[in-house]
Amino acid sequence: MSALLKISGLRAAYGQIEALKGVDLTVGAGEIVALIGANGAGKSTLLMTICGRPRAAAGTIVFDGRDITNLQTFAIVRFGISQAPEGRRIFPRMTVLENLQIGATTAAPERFDRDRARVFELFPILGERRHQRGGTLSGGEQQMLAIGRALMSQPRLLLLDEPSLGLAPLVAKQIFGVIRAINAEEKITVLLVEQNAHHALRMAHRAYVLQTGSIVLSGTGAELLANEEVRAAYIEGGARGAA
Amino acid sequence: MMGAAPRLKDAGLAALVALALAFPLIGFETAESGVGFTTRFPWVAIAGAAVFAGRLLLGLLPQRFHLRQRASRSTAVSDGKFVKLAAAALIVFAVLLPVLPFASRRSIDLATLALIYVILGWGLNVVVGLAGLLDLGYVAFYAVGAYSFALAVQWFGLSFWEMLPLSGVTAATAGILLGIPVLRLRGDYLAIVTLGFGEIVRIVLNNWTSMTGGPNGIGDIPRPTVFGMPIAPGAPAGVTTFNHVIGIAYDPIQRLIWLYYVALAVALIINWFSLRIRRLPVGRAWEALREDEIACRALGLNPTTIKLSAFATGAMTGGFAGVLFAARAGFISPESFNFQESATVLSIVVLGGMGSQLGVALAAVILATLPEFGREFAQYRMLIFGAAMVAIMIWRPRGLFTVRAPSVRLDQT
Ligand SMILES: Nc1ncnc2c1ncn2[C@@H]1O[C@H](COP(=O)(O)OP(=O)(O)OP(=O)(O)O)[C@@H](O)[C@H]1O
Ligand SMILES: [Mg+2]
Repeated sequence: MSALLKISGLRAAYGQIEALKGVDLTVGAGEIVALIGANGAGKSTLLMTICGRPRAAAGTIVFDGRDITNLQTFAIVRFGISQAPEGRRIFPRMTVLENLQIGATTAAPERFDRDRARVFELFPILGERRHQRGGTLSGGEQQMLAIGRALMSQPRLLLLDEPSLGLAPLVAKQIFGVIRAINAEEKITVLLVEQNAHHALRMAHRAYVLQTGSIVLSGTGAELLANEEVRAAYIEGGARGAA
Repeated sequence: MMGAAPRLKDAGLAALVALALAFPLIGFETAESGVGFTTRFPWVAIAGAAVFAGRLLLGLLPQRFHLRQRASRSTAVSDGKFVKLAAAALIVFAVLLPVLPFASRRSIDLATLALIYVILGWGLNVVVGLAGLLDLGYVAFYAVGAYSFALAVQWFGLSFWEMLPLSGVTAATAGILLGIPVLRLRGDYLAIVTLGFGEIVRIVLNNWTSMTGGPNGIGDIPRPTVFGMPIAPGAPAGVTTFNHVIGIAYDPIQRLIWLYYVALAVALIINWFSLRIRRLPVGRAWEALREDEIACRALGLNPTTIKLSAFATGAMTGGFAGVLFAARAGFISPESFNFQESATVLSIVVLGGMGSQLGVALAAVILATLPEFGREFAQYRMLIFGAAMVAIMIWRPRGLFTVRAPSVRLDQT
């Protein structure tokens, strides 16, 4: 499988705080790759650094054979990477439809209607709420909108930062179902950050564990799911024997 | 609903606060002689009683004010019908104004001034209301527009109609020049820097005497012609006056009416443009930038161009207003472009409800004409102004028209 995203030796810092200390990570075309790790491990930072904010202090990020390490955020997004960032960050005073339109900024305009219809098919509730202001949507609906908005730019690589955060189990399940669907049906590659390690590892083809800025483990989803350390550290009630 | 006892308690509390405030403020008065003071405690009691009664009345007023407010917050979309009707009525009124019975030189001139403020309000609305960039130096672009016109007349003999678009261009350029250094700033910091920019422009105009005439200003600014023909009592050889062509006797009011219609046309074009641009990607990007800059970046928008385009568009509009202002007054000097103008235009945008075209227009008309009406009873002017502000903040804390109309509708999925 060819690598769509290849990160090598990536370092990033906020002032004195080193958040990424030499990360190597590969995402193959068509994969779902999960990234798990404790709070503050640097997961969000990694996704943001891929988008150019904060800037990589060292290392390279190659997307589809092109070095994007030093490009501006908007330029990176135009190559086909889009992100549903941590905390959703939808536009609260704008309607659902307007949020989607902004998501489609970098996409071919003639595809807008089709893409919009597809988002409403994935998340029917968004279709019903299309004229509601984003800020008045429920948390789960906002998350759906954040994902839908990211999809509107027709990405080849979708970065999702904790899409199940704060969602009821059933809604989280629905979101995971959609992620699977867009990966399988639209061949969109997904790099997924999740606290819900159990779900994420079951769904992911491969996964990485990030600990204080470094990758400490990697393998297929099933391998990590079976790994004692991973179970002990990241899966609730998952520790067998030793803690 | 509140019962009687809590209402009385609430009113009593307000009265107590009023008494405490009134005691030093109203209770003592400097004596005529200038030494020592006299007391006037009965007035303190009256103030306390008035506040008590007022507060009680306010509490008894129907709660529907509050209900209405809540309703307008919870619905996404209000019916645009009312707004459309009101806008249409306003336009009809504006077109007919010069033939209405009360039309006089003064009222038409005042209406022209009001239109200039409407244009300024709409221009600043792009920057503050849509793009969310707090600009306290907006008057700078107004000045750039007015001075480009006046200077081009003085140095190159250009006319109103040539300079109307060109002044828009120079003002837009000034907008971009200001925009570049402040790209990284937001909120309070941006406000302070733009405030400084406004002052710099005014001070430069004031001190660059050889170019701008300094505090003496520039005079002899021509009024707009009618398709190249001036409106004038008599004309130098080779020039035909417009009133001669249509065969009516010259009357100074004709010039005012023509300028009024020119201002109205400019305002309507700007309005049309603003309404359109909100539905275009660039207008949506302005609003998205106001909402969340990080999300904008993550979606591939380039904040630099978005901000600069907002600054440039707002500045260009301010430039048009400046040309109209110069043509109306026939004379400009730096003191017309002080901070108070920026503050007035900003109040127009805030009172009008950020982002609402109609709200901004109404607020502009009110704020531009209020001082004129107030002049008769000058001492109450600030009082009325203040009361109006307080009233709006109580009942319409988000401006006269609070509801943001969506830029797109879609009826079937
Ligand atoms: N803007 C910032 N300025 C300074 N430090 C930051 C900033 N953002 C993140 N950090 C620090 O960088 C480290 C990594 O943060 P990051 O947000 O990437 O963690 P995370 O793995 O996403 O955690 P979580 O699971 O809680 O979201 C943390 O120590 C955090 O305090
Ligand atoms: Mg995070």
